[in-house]
Amino acid sequence: MALAVNDLKVWYRTRRGDVKALDGVTFEVADGEIMGIAGESGCGKTTLGKALIRLDTRMKHVGGTVVLDDDELPLADDAAMRRHRYREVSLIPQYAMSAMNPTRKIGRMIRDLLSAHNVRYTEVLPELERRLKLVGLETDVLGRYPIELSGGMKQRVVLVLSTLLNPSLLIGDEVTSALDVSSQKAVARALVEFRDHGFVKSMIVITHDISVLFQVADTILVMYAGHLAEKAPAKTIISDPLHPYTKMLIGALPKVGDRYEEQQLEGIEGRPPSLLEPPAGCRFRDRCPLAHDKCAEAPPFREVSEGHHVACWAVS
Amino acid sequence: MLTLDNLDKVYRTGTFGTSDLHAVRQVSLDVQRGEVVSLIGESGSGKSTIGKMVLHLLDSSGGTMTFDGRDVTKLGFRARREYYRKVQGVFQDPFSSFNPIYKVDRTFETLRRSYFPRVTGSEWRSRLDDALAAVTLEPDDILGKFPHQLSGGQLQRLLIARALLLDIELLVADEIISMLDASTRIDVLNLLGELKGRGLGILFVTHDLSLGNYVSDRVVILYKGRVVERGETSAVFDDPLHPYTRDLLASVPHLDRTWDEVEAEEAERTQRLAGRCLYHEAITAQGRSLGEEADAADGVPDGVGLVEYAPGHFVGCFRKAAEEKCPAAT
Repeated sequence: MALAVNDLKVWYRTRRGDVKALDGVTFEVADGEIMGIAGESGCGKTTLGKALIRLDTRMKHVGGTVVLDDDELPLADDAAMRRHRYREVSLIPQYAMSAMNPTRKIGRMIRDLLSAHNVRYTEVLPELERRLKLVGLETDVLGRYPIELSGGMKQRVVLVLSTLLNPSLLIGDEVTSALDVSSQKAVARALVEFRDHGFVKSMIVITHDISVLFQVADTILVMYAGHLAEKAPAKTIISDPLHPYTKMLIGALPKVGDRYEEQQLEGIEGRPPSLLEPPAGCRFRDRCPLAHDKCAEAPPFREVSEGHHVACWAVS
Repeated sequence: MLTLDNLDKVYRTGTFGTSDLHAVRQVSLDVQRGEVVSLIGESGSGKSTIGKMVLHLLDSSGGTMTFDGRDVTKLGFRARREYYRKVQGVFQDPFSSFNPIYKVDRTFETLRRSYFPRVTGSEWRSRLDDALAAVTLEPDDILGKFPHQLSGGQLQRLLIARALLLDIELLVADEIISMLDASTRIDVLNLLGELKGRGLGILFVTHDLSLGNYVSDRVVILYKGRVVERGETSAVFDDPLHPYTRDLLASVPHLDRTWDEVEAEEAERTQRLAGRCLYHEAITAQGRSLGEEADAADGVPDGVGLVEYAPGHFVGCFRKAAEEKCPAAT
């Protein structure tokens, strides 16, 4: 398998104590799998993505291991991680398209990036041009400034440049957000195409938009307050969710065609708990209609049918 | 209640205001009491510009705007204040709508100072409680807190409560749910549905079609500042005619169908409408020829005009941008 994460804990140091943003997550991503991560803001999905590439100064690796292609990633060792970054694990951070250097032409920016990883620009240029064409861009974008491109074009450039060295794992954090639906579709389809062409082995796509995940992902992982709630094939998550949180989350999404007059959908009452002093046991307990005494103890994330993992006592 | 008639907006751009950007082209639409009208379009379609012109945050460059039969295209300071008693707006980012240094109560206090200086403290408090109850918020959970202590959904509902205190008749809701989490989005949408039931007219500006479809009675599809299609929500969504509307609907990520399935379903319609333009077909059927329609259709040029394809379902020329040629023109 491509990626195996075992009991990973990454906390944020703050003056008021540790924020347990990622508190013991265990999952695997198979070769060729596109796994989507969904959840509300503050559920730890972005922290998970960042932890696999670089811990910033506020982040602390508290425990757990990450194995990529039989190699354990030295998460806590910033210098040792450098060898893996970009070549093996590549991240498209949130708002990446807005973070391009406005004073550099796209081609020059890619040249800088490659030289930082000791790769010659001229060596990869033919491949770079081929891939730009594949995502529907002309090669003359390399001679343009970021301001001259639309959001969807920039996002596709970011996708091409972050996968130039064929990494094993690509993590895309909200890559389709803040785009119009037509560009969103183009970028989402490019993600799938890159996997199909083998430019990246596996992918983790992080977004709050579950309907996009349904279109691109093979499996969906639902997170809640730093814990895993459910992981299953994308179709199963949408049509037969088991965890009460997943059920309520899917139930709160209007489908095209749902009308307020005919059928009112319901949101989820309450807010996720503070992760500074999270309650013991199941973290969804306070908002869960099925909560009972047993939930004071954290439910294990176990496989209930093939490829379907759930962390809930109410699911047998 | 609110009627926009051939509303235009031209922005001056360029270093010395030398070039023009035609952001809204002769848009006509109306919002009635107890009705949600959605303005749907991508970025740059002019949907927010229309919302801002209705709220008088921007001046229009042409056309007229009437509210209950009164011309409100241009308003002086005093008249504008009266107008705001009836028309209010709520915007995308609830966090930037509040001043983070003050408690959220201040929003209500400033409103009281400017609009209700004679209302007594206890009377004001009971009105406030009513408004908060209408948006399903508990006063004790909300009052006395700072904006960062509340969730986006709560803040957004607070802003709607603020608008309700004025006893408004029209609410302009500009992308009010795009920054909220899925679990709270639906609460705000349901609230709009309920307010509509109580007689409020809502102009709902959005880029998200599934959300636009959920609450709205009628939709207006905008592209590059021009209305390309409008009509009853179900008519437009079940039978999209304009190429742009069809593209848009085929690009929406559905929860029950993949993009390929949607494209396959739409193949027949795409085939049937390829190379045609229902607008010009209707114009020709009326016995008018190309180029004549401007005089006949009340001076509205065919680039921005609409024809009634089915009762209550209007569609414009099948060209996409105003500068392009009509696909049926040979």
